[in-house]
Amino acid sequence: MTSAVRFKNVCRHFGAIRAVDGLNLEIAPGEFFALLGPSGSGKTTSLRLIAGFERPTAGHIEIFGERADAIPPYRRNVNTVFQDYALFPHLSVLENVAYGLKMKGVAKKQRLARAEELLELVQLPGYGDRSPAKLSGGQRQRVALARALVNEPKVLLLDEPLGALDLKLREQMQEELKSLQKRLAITFVFVTHDQGEALSMADRIAVFNEGKIMQVGTPEEIYRAPRSRFVADFVGSSNVLPPDLVERLTGTRAWASLRPEAVRLVSRGGHSATLVSSSFLGAQRRAVFDFDGFQITALLAADAKLPEPGKTARLAWGESDLHLMEDEPVDGPEGAA
Amino acid sequence: MSSAAAAILPPRGGPSGAASDAFWRHPKFLLLLLLTPPLLWLGIIYLGSLFALLAQSFFAIDHYTGMIDYTPTLRTYRELLTTPANLDIIVRTVLMAACVTLFSALIAFPIAYYAARYARGKWKALFYLGVMLPLWSSYLVKIYAWKLILAKEGIFNWVLAKLHLYWLLDAYLSLPVIGGNSLSVSYTGTFLVFVYVWLPYMILPLQASLERLPNNLLEASADLGAAPRQTFWSVIFPLALPGAIAGSIFTFSLTLGDYIIPQIVGSSRLFIGQAVYMQQGTAGNIPLAAAFTVVPMVIMGFYLWMAKRMGAFDAL
Repeated sequence: MTSAVRFKNVCRHFGAIRAVDGLNLEIAPGEFFALLGPSGSGKTTSLRLIAGFERPTAGHIEIFGERADAIPPYRRNVNTVFQDYALFPHLSVLENVAYGLKMKGVAKKQRLARAEELLELVQLPGYGDRSPAKLSGGQRQRVALARALVNEPKVLLLDEPLGALDLKLREQMQEELKSLQKRLAITFVFVTHDQGEALSMADRIAVFNEGKIMQVGTPEEIYRAPRSRFVADFVGSSNVLPPDLVERLTGTRAWASLRPEAVRLVSRGGHSATLVSSSFLGAQRRAVFDFDGFQITALLAADAKLPEPGKTARLAWGESDLHLMEDEPVDGPEGAA
Repeated sequence: MSSAAAAILPPRGGPSGAASDAFWRHPKFLLLLLLTPPLLWLGIIYLGSLFALLAQSFFAIDHYTGMIDYTPTLRTYRELLTTPANLDIIVRTVLMAACVTLFSALIAFPIAYYAARYARGKWKALFYLGVMLPLWSSYLVKIYAWKLILAKEGIFNWVLAKLHLYWLLDAYLSLPVIGGNSLSVSYTGTFLVFVYVWLPYMILPLQASLERLPNNLLEASADLGAAPRQTFWSVIFPLALPGAIAGSIFTFSLTLGDYIIPQIVGSSRLFIGQAVYMQQGTAGNIPLAAAFTVVPMVIMGFYLWMAKRMGAFDAL
């Protein structure tokens, strides 16, 4: 099957800055795909390469099997939801949504009717006459979504779509976006720096760092089996154990990740560690232990029986929870993460 | 110890301390204090003189004695609007101002667009210098320089002659209305100098409005399938329009009121500014001069009202 989007050795350099450096990636049709990474990791540039706002300095991009690197944005059947929405301030909400159809030359009556339908789809019926400036952040977000969907794109690009919303609205919009994507069966590619958002929404995730993809996989793969220290560290707050320690525990000399929720308190057996501090999170309790000179964070039940800080406790985890990673086991002071 | 420790509410002595405390408690008083002098200036000197002028236009001159009759009347306005020569002056000036404004906007746009969206650092400084530099030199010097450039023996004719294109200028000058004996005594000459002198006033507001235009709106437009030409007419033009209107207020009203340029470069036919100058000076007809002055004000008022109705300020 042809990929919806395919990067082949794509580079985008801005002078000496390698924003995107040798990217290979295939996004399947109908997939909800997340580009995850810290700021400056190249995820937004990758999205802009798909939209056509940037041209690759090397390599090429295919959209549904067609080479797209020389095609301007206005001739790509791809639409974008911009980070700060980029609604046209001089047009009403309805005119904003109908903009794409107007550019295609659709008659006024038809395009406004279609725009009204899309406003219903994003649950803003009757908001058409308002000015975008009079809407709340969440409403603007929906208008931007409706506007991007009006041309029935093959691929919808979302640049940090929920970044400007507050927590509660964000969770609600996550659900809505997910169900909308299922209903429309359009390929969604979205950029985020929020690993929680990526894990909960995406079918697959590509983790970016310094212009390169560190790992591609389903949320579970990425979370359970991070391939490198960077991924383990960035996706969730994993314990990254240095090779010295891992060698003592398993006999293999490698970096390993250990999820905080995999750590249990036991009364006998396990490993002895000193409690450093603990904090109450509501549903859970987070405790930091000193284990052989390394800090290990554990997420425990809220009613876990912890000793006084400075006293020892016994920690245990399943053998498979200690996940070995592919990083070179370099010796040195950068040990404890 | 107590003196070393910071007090929670340290007193601040002296009259200035007391004054700032008082202002902090009564911010409106401070505002009043700051605004009174400029408002007095604006109210009395600026608007006051304007109303005095307006009042003048409702008097009339007694043509036999040459004395002003201080009884309110519309006779001066009737004279202004029924004398064909006066109407000619008004129509000529308004047409010239409209042409100057339109042409200024046309050449200012690409310059302003480049400066706002592409020029950075050194190039931006160069742009400001280039636009502002002509404003620093004397207005009269510039106009006389243009008179020499456009004169029959001037450099413009010389260059055309060297290029063997003199016949082109000849053909142009033989055209009715816009032509003449030479460029420096034609409407075209007046027009060129007007555009030259007022152009910065069009470029700067346009550039400011284009600078405020977020780049992602242009990207959004392209993303939604708009070709560059469509993006220009649907996004850039409407959002730059307030800037163009602001610029056109300058170019239009400055052209309406100027009396020096058409006197030095042009075909000795009068413009409003010259008419005002003559009526209040040699002719001593202050009421008619005042009535002439009211014309640009009414036109500008009407223009702004139209611009507002057409939604030129919606994007502000």
